[in-house]
Amino acid sequence: MQPRVTLVDYGSGNLYSVTRALERAGAEVHLANDAAEIEAADRLLLPGVGAFADGMEGLRERGLIEPIQRFAASGRPLLGICLGMQMLASCSEEFGEHEGLGVLPGRVVPVPAKDVDGSPQKIPHIGWAELLPWREGAWAGSPLERITPGTAAYLVHSFHFLPQDERDGLAVCHYGGHRITAAVCHGAVVGFQFHPEKSGPVGLKLLSAYLGL
Amino acid sequence: MKRIRLIPRLDIKGPNLIKGIHLEGLRVIGDPQEHARRYYEAGADELLYVDVVASLYGRNSLHDIVKRAAQDVFVPLTVTGGIRSVDDVRNILRSGADKIGINTAAAKRPELIREVAQKFGSQCMVLSIEAKKMAPGRWEAYTDNGRERTRLDVVEWACRGVELGAGEILLTSVDREGTREGFDVELLAAVSGAVPVPVIASGGMGRPDDVVRAVREGAADAVAMADVLHYQRHTLGEIRDAALAAGLHLRTL
Repeated sequence: MQPRVTLVDYGSGNLYSVTRALERAGAEVHLANDAAEIEAADRLLLPGVGAFADGMEGLRERGLIEPIQRFAASGRPLLGICLGMQMLASCSEEFGEHEGLGVLPGRVVPVPAKDVDGSPQKIPHIGWAELLPWREGAWAGSPLERITPGTAAYLVHSFHFLPQDERDGLAVCHYGGHRITAAVCHGAVVGFQFHPEKSGPVGLKLLSAYLGL
Repeated sequence: MKRIRLIPRLDIKGPNLIKGIHLEGLRVIGDPQEHARRYYEAGADELLYVDVVASLYGRNSLHDIVKRAAQDVFVPLTVTGGIRSVDDVRNILRSGADKIGINTAAAKRPELIREVAQKFGSQCMVLSIEAKKMAPGRWEAYTDNGRERTRLDVVEWACRGVELGAGEILLTSVDREGTREGFDVELLAAVSGAVPVPVIASGGMGRPDDVVRAVREGAADAVAMADVLHYQRHTLGEIRDAALAAGLHLRTL
């Protein structure tokens, strides 16, 4: 049966690309902007671009915070992409301290503005970066198992998520010699900092793998 | 070493992919979608859409073209030309664009850069600058496809734009655009050295080797190319191979 993915629509800009990529990857896509639709979802995807506080406000004003938290607590699969992943975190340091959805234990912190040698590096971090296992064997049983370590995905961000528990780490990429979180998994909650919908054939492959196809 | 992005640039007029010289004398190339799909399949890192007449008519007609592109093309899409307000940005992002470039409207009202960056993030706000050389080491920013002067110094304007929130600079050399004479590497170096955000070189790509010079001498972070691909003078694969052979770091396909 074709997997059904419910995409949370909270005013974030890139729903169209995510929808198309999911369809191409083999899913049937529904948009949800109220509690009942989230409650009825098999799989939930929280997309996002932009600023953390605006994104959380978008969820709050639509009354979606608790429904997403309840969905996560139910153990059904939840995927966050980019800002969507960051909003799943406990809190973020973007423009002050902000509380997140709290279903992914950890903090959202700035991508270091200096490389490991102390030279300034460009922020936001925009572009293709090689995905590498967080630690040896980290990809076993995860969607990333389907790709070769070192395959590049597309990222555009100024902040990234640091899991409270290192065991939640799936993939990193390197920027200025720093380890930047690219993917995490905490139970049925998965987060991609990269944009699978913008990462070419590799991104589509990861979405298919995530959907169990 | 930083990873360089190769970005096919699609100049659009009405429904057509077109190409000019010095941003003028436009010739019709063909169907934008067909080219977009080909470049995506050949490993383009992003696509750049430019509505070349939008400023003249005060509108952006790219919505449908971008929406079609987003059906088949799963790499980032940047759209520029005729974007004047936060609402314009929201609409074009809804059509499937990831980043928007602003030139004319930002030169008229720089605060627009801040508004867009605050609303959608600076990663989405590309400041598009059309540069004409005025004197050795000095360039002036133009708008409306190199027709209108702004009296803004390019390097100062780039710095100001970044302070206001621009996350990337699309730097088009009007002098080189469509000439196939190579990028204005002095211009690139002057801007890249002055701003802490990525700079996309545009205007003048003629041979695969031009990419290497734009990166080595101009410190460009990304390279836009049009003529060389549209007229199939070189394939994207050949350009990638040349860049890799010269030791540049590109995305692994």
